[in-house]
Amino acid sequence: MEWTTTIDAPGKVCLMQGNEAIVRGAVEAGINFAASYPGSPSSQILDMLGKIAEERGFYAQWAANEVCAMEACIGTSLANARSICIVKQNGLLCCADALHCGAQHGVKGGMVIVTSDDPSAHSSTNEFDSRFMAESADLPMLEPTCAQEAKDLVPYAFELSEKLRQIVIIRLTTRICHGRGNVVLGPLPQKPHQLETVSEWERLTCVSYRHIPMLKTLEDFREAFEVCSYNSYEGPEKADKLIAAAGTGVLYAREALRRLNVQDQVGLLTLASIWPLPEKTILKYLRNAKEVLVAEEVDPFLERNLQAIAGKNQLTIKFTGRGDGALPRVGELMPDYLMSAVSNLIGRPLPEKEEEQEAPLLERELNFCAGCPHRATFYLLKKALKRSCTKPGVVIGDIGCYIMSGQEAGHYAYQACNCMGSGINLAEGLGQLHRFGMDQPVVTMCGDSTFFHAALPGLVNASYYHSNMLFMVLDNSATAMTGFQPHPGTGITALGHKVEPMSIRAICESMGCQVTEADPFDTEGTLKILEDLLSQKGLRVLIMKQACATLMSKRHRAKRRVYVDQTKCIGDGCGCDRFCARVWGCPGNSWDYKNNKAVIDPVSCVGCGVCADLCPAGAIQVEGGDENEQA
Amino acid sequence: MSRLEYNPLNIVICGIGGQGNVLASELVSSTMNDLGYKVAVGETYGAAQRGGSVMSHVRVSETYDMGVLIPYGEAHFIIGFEPLETLRLARKYASKKTRIIYDPRPVYPQGVLAGRQVYPDLMKMKEEIRSLSAQAVEVPAADIALSCGDPRTANIALLGAFSRLEGAPLSSQELIDVLRQRFKGDVLAMNEKVFDMGCKAMDGKEDD
Repeated sequence: MEWTTTIDAPGKVCLMQGNEAIVRGAVEAGINFAASYPGSPSSQILDMLGKIAEERGFYAQWAANEVCAMEACIGTSLANARSICIVKQNGLLCCADALHCGAQHGVKGGMVIVTSDDPSAHSSTNEFDSRFMAESADLPMLEPTCAQEAKDLVPYAFELSEKLRQIVIIRLTTRICHGRGNVVLGPLPQKPHQLETVSEWERLTCVSYRHIPMLKTLEDFREAFEVCSYNSYEGPEKADKLIAAAGTGVLYAREALRRLNVQDQVGLLTLASIWPLPEKTILKYLRNAKEVLVAEEVDPFLERNLQAIAGKNQLTIKFTGRGDGALPRVGELMPDYLMSAVSNLIGRPLPEKEEEQEAPLLERELNFCAGCPHRATFYLLKKALKRSCTKPGVVIGDIGCYIMSGQEAGHYAYQACNCMGSGINLAEGLGQLHRFGMDQPVVTMCGDSTFFHAALPGLVNASYYHSNMLFMVLDNSATAMTGFQPHPGTGITALGHKVEPMSIRAICESMGCQVTEADPFDTEGTLKILEDLLSQKGLRVLIMKQACATLMSKRHRAKRRVYVDQTKCIGDGCGCDRFCARVWGCPGNSWDYKNNKAVIDPVSCVGCGVCADLCPAGAIQVEGGDENEQA
Repeated sequence: MSRLEYNPLNIVICGIGGQGNVLASELVSSTMNDLGYKVAVGETYGAAQRGGSVMSHVRVSETYDMGVLIPYGEAHFIIGFEPLETLRLARKYASKKTRIIYDPRPVYPQGVLAGRQVYPDLMKMKEEIRSLSAQAVEVPAADIALSCGDPRTANIALLGAFSRLEGAPLSSQELIDVLRQRFKGDVLAMNEKVFDMGCKAMDGKEDD
């Protein structure tokens, strides 16, 4: 809710999502500039910043990728702007070079990077721990435990960033980003931060002799963190059993201590300043401790660093946590993991759980949404590969909704999928092997947002070196997976302004590519185009144009009614063997078990009508609506 | 004096992506915030748009700052949008204290429609849900919503029924007030109608 981010009511208590709290913190800090590329779980931050930017007098941008976003923030810092860059874990990795160089030259106007890690990879391909990037780049990092701290840490980070002229990173995790909690609002500044003229002799340059001053700055942060009010301790004055926790681990540990009623026996040290660690503060508690349980998300980063501090000071302490299996080595923390680990810490292990008697329940597979154009694309691609190629095709995936084509939803379409924007490069390599007799067709794809994000240098490469491959751009007019953020192909900006959209076709053609366009909902025509392209050699680009179904159903509700004429449906057995429900697999195509016939689920169906074209018996009917209707 | 039977009070809301789970948890939690309570909400919606299981944890307390996830066996209420998802989470989070309200209408996973998986026997699931809880009430929320013309309002029907459960932390009137803040015109009228039908569906079952 945007009102919570801009309302001028200090002291008011609002329920806020962690992402929303970051926005409020940025507004309270009087930022001038914000840039990001969408990535779950923190996509909502720039979505919200964009909506309030003009009202609050700052600029917000959905950049083409994270590197553009981060470097733009560094640039504005030279003019004393306060800037915030929001990335997810993988985006931060994309920015590794900019980050390390940025650390070496530092900043003038405050700069804060918000990075979101995704423990358990709820909406990611992998888990990653951003804290290693802070350590590697010698940059300070903070981590909140709840929405309130997520808000409060933003202005605090800006103040430190300006005082010590260095980038400050705030690490979030999915539970903080998507969680909600009470937030007490702070005062809003009268106007955004004051910009300054860039003088002739000001410098932000990455040069090797800056290495020693950079390390000195890191020590200044360590000193500042010794008195950081977001670090805290609760429990007995001298605790021989200690929990050291950060982020979500803090509240889970506190609840476990309360439920086991041992708050007066076990100490709880909360660390919001995650890098560099305030060693003096930590030592105060480590000196009394015999056993320390470390509660943190993703890797045993804190655990290893506390071990190092203990070792350096010749302390004999038993450390437990993610590193030794007291807490699971992978996956997000859960309250019950802390219950069990704290019980072990106090020597009262929980009773062994009885083996579950019931049969496990079936899991729901991920699927493309009802009416998703990708379903048609992969159905047709598989069909075309079978029909027109004597050897099996090699298909390379990429990052976006279409990553699900690697599962049943896309008929297990691809053999390899690496990181975002990698598909075209993996395929480019394979497409060079024809000179050694590799004559399998090579196909890869990327979405429209991924095209702008990271596929452009790959396309330059593939075109310049004449790779033998088919490159499909699945243009659904949105960054769909993360919530429909605009990108340079959409003609919309984060501020909601209309601008000239960039043509994917024109970009490809300017690089010397042969470009074909197809509509995956025109199943017959697109199948023919695919078969034709697969029989050719050299680099071929095929743009699949059809808007995201969810985006369309958001834009206009009036839709066509699709239904099954059950008198025509040949159904089970020796008929079509339930083509619509079994093979096509759209959530809108359900099954009427009573009559043993197909049925359309009116709740899911968005009215695209593609199944009506594909039904071998012509039993699926489409009623009303203009077939060419487009928003 | 307290309207909270437990401290903290824990509510699990579960369903499938796109069913309005998140809005339901947001309406309950922001109402409790406005009433002055400490609230923590955890949403699990990694694949929300895409047919996956989704759940929200809503935690309310007068005294404690809470993590956003409920420990196993500690749910006092479960609001389920679908029987399989209700059972899935009842097995993890329910105890003999738990009151469950759920829509018994199955939403078949894609694997079931495709014939690769078998949907569990509905009667057996209902029995197990009942055996895992203090009280389990079926509310045909999707049918109510469809009969009112918008299948997306099933969440509001369930909230209506929830507000009538014994020990519910907020009243029907308080939830209606929130609906009136959030929606206007035809949308509000539709939501009020669905909410009322949800309340009535529960009232008729009080003697179960």
